[in-house]
Amino acid sequence: MSVSVSIPTILRTYTDGAKRVEAEGTTLAALITDLDTRHPGLGDRLLDAGELRRFVNVYKNDEDVRFLGGLSTPLTDGDAVTVLPAVAGG
Amino acid sequence: MRYDSLLDSVGHTPLVGLPTLSPSSEVRLWAKLEDRNPTGSVKDRVALGLVEAAEKEGRLKPGDTILEPTSGNTGIGLAMVAKLKGYKLICVMPENTSEERRQILRMYGAEIISSPAAGGSNEAVRVAKGLAAEHPDWVMPYQYGNPANALAHYHGTGPELLADLPTITHFVAGLGTTGTLMGVGRYLREHKPDVRIVAAEPRYDELIYGLRNLDEGFVPELYDESVLTTRYSVGAHDALRRTRELLAAEGVFAGISTGCALHAALGIARKAFEAGQSADIAFIVADGGWKYLSTGAYEGTLDEAEDRIEGQLWA
Repeated sequence: MSVSVSIPTILRTYTDGAKRVEAEGTTLAALITDLDTRHPGLGDRLLDAGELRRFVNVYKNDEDVRFLGGLSTPLTDGDAVTVLPAVAGG
Repeated sequence: MRYDSLLDSVGHTPLVGLPTLSPSSEVRLWAKLEDRNPTGSVKDRVALGLVEAAEKEGRLKPGDTILEPTSGNTGIGLAMVAKLKGYKLICVMPENTSEERRQILRMYGAEIISSPAAGGSNEAVRVAKGLAAEHPDWVMPYQYGNPANALAHYHGTGPELLADLPTITHFVAGLGTTGTLMGVGRYLREHKPDVRIVAAEPRYDELIYGLRNLDEGFVPELYDESVLTTRYSVGAHDALRRTRELLAAEGVFAGISTGCALHAALGIARKAFEAGQSADIAFIVADGGWKYLSTGAYEGTLDEAEDRIEGQLWA
């Protein structure tokens, strides 16, 4: 199985500049573990004390994972995950 | 409808059905036309609420200067309220916002301080907070953290929606300061515990997310995740496509952020229809399309329009 992960500009130093990378995992937590193996250091930028960082938003197929089970959010083959920093609107 | 003054006419907006875009007579979409407010956006409610709260707290007296970070609509609403109530206004606005917004603000006599495009509203907030610290005599209502923002919707938009649509099952709005969703969401939940509150968040292109590091991110102080049922991220392509569909199918000429909310609303409608459930889905038309004509969002193909609004704060 494979999940496509979109990486924001600010974290592309960990992915050799790649905008989109592939990773595996049946939950978001597993996916982040796999991402960190492939791109060492990336996991620490997404997580803080085992939780998603406050200013990091993660979406599964455009829906915020915080409403889908957080790190336990189930993932299946072909899902698209998007990571974005939290910014102000209004 | 007769009002004693323009300020008294804020709110009381129509809720119109969208018979063409609704999937069936059991799953219906409803648009709350907030562009019918005095300066043409939902933010008139917020602007009036913020100023009246500051007056009540004794923080504002005639002749005082109001300072506010805004991507446009809140500034325009504040400019109108300030003009009528005798305050000066300084808006801190990202430089990548449409020319129309600047012209309207200047016409109302507001002063504009531009903040850098990279970083979007985050930068405007940062610059405004700096200015507020340097000028303690200026009054910053601060829409991102002022409960009066959400309360304007709790006391206005929410009750209007429930009165017009007692069968409401879903409420959808764009997520910016989060004030609309927090205020309407809390009100509706108190009266209809099963109502779904859905946020549609504009997903901009990379320039807007140009932070130096993740710790510079921003979550409005008003945001309370527990009020929401869920939250969708909607990109420029879908927002533009839906904005055009709304005009083509229902005749509503709306701003681009409305396309963002409509995209989420249509997704919910499709799911309800496929599941054989009935639904009354209301969403906010935050403003009309007039202020965005110069962006080129309404001309040519969708791809061309998407290219033209790249790097702009379109919601």
